[in-house]
Amino acid sequence: MKDATLQQVLADQAAKRAVVLATDLASGEEWLIYPFEAGDDRLKKEAEDAARRDKSGVVETIGAKVFLNVYNPPLRLIIVGAVHIAQPLARMAAMTGYDVTVIDPRAAFASEERFPGVTVITEWPDDAMTALSPDARTAIVTLTHDPKIDDPALEVALRSAAFYIGALGSKKTHSARLHRLGEAGFGDNDVARICGPVGLAIGAKSPAEIAVAVLAQITERLRQSPA
Amino acid sequence: MTADLDNVLEQAAAWRGAGKGVALATVVTTWGSSPRPVGSQLVVDDSGKFVGSVSGGCIEGAVVEQGLAAIKDGKTRLLDFGVTNEQAWEVGLACGGKVQVFVERVA
Repeated sequence: MKDATLQQVLADQAAKRAVVLATDLASGEEWLIYPFEAGDDRLKKEAEDAARRDKSGVVETIGAKVFLNVYNPPLRLIIVGAVHIAQPLARMAAMTGYDVTVIDPRAAFASEERFPGVTVITEWPDDAMTALSPDARTAIVTLTHDPKIDDPALEVALRSAAFYIGALGSKKTHSARLHRLGEAGFGDNDVARICGPVGLAIGAKSPAEIAVAVLAQITERLRQSPA
Repeated sequence: MTADLDNVLEQAAAWRGAGKGVALATVVTTWGSSPRPVGSQLVVDDSGKFVGSVSGGCIEGAVVEQGLAAIKDGKTRLLDFGVTNEQAWEVGLACGGKVQVFVERVA
């Protein structure tokens, strides 16, 4: 790999820009492809397909074995509610490779001391979430079980392509929530996207254990979704 | 792709910035069970220090050796490791999978 190529991939990663590095495995020739951007590079279509599936691999469509290495921007996790569970969840998700943002309009919860090194936004979730514009590489978890805060966040989440939406709360809380969202105009198929009660059923009790259950469910959705 | 805890490319750039010879190894194909997915990378400097992984630790030694050779001669290498490969008996992929690793100099 050329130094210049390495520097460019690092710059693209810093700018959170998807890039695919194509390398001819016989000659070592390499070039960068920017999926979903203008331009007509060799193997553009294949690179877009690989980026969409987040799957690197060898293609042979131009008569040579070319390795397409996908460097997608990091997955994102938006946590609504700077509550106790959010603390271990933010740390574990960061270790797993997520870019984590915590949203809570209550400044006492969303303090730097409680979330060192995490992006914390003290705005109402509908505004904050709209600004973050969740995409298909974003997971969203609401943790306040306060409808004033969770519901507006879930409404933005349901209008997005987020690959995972989870909401903390008991079965009773969750069915009341689904009823409210139904009244707000969301259909059964929409609200069925929300995982609630949140997390895999592993009997989690402590905040950290619940964070494990939530992150495990997010991983399941990410990796086992029908291709 | 999922981020590694070690950022291999950043390490490669840091070593290059310090004037070191550097080689990059990338898993380009896997068959059967293999511990690290396609796209996994390992970077090695000219003293044999490495960051990242291309397996669960089974073939790193052999890959680092080839990386050092690539730093010296500048040639790319496409290495096969697996149960059908004689080398497997030496370096051993305990999982029974096969991987193909591309090794290149960064310069």
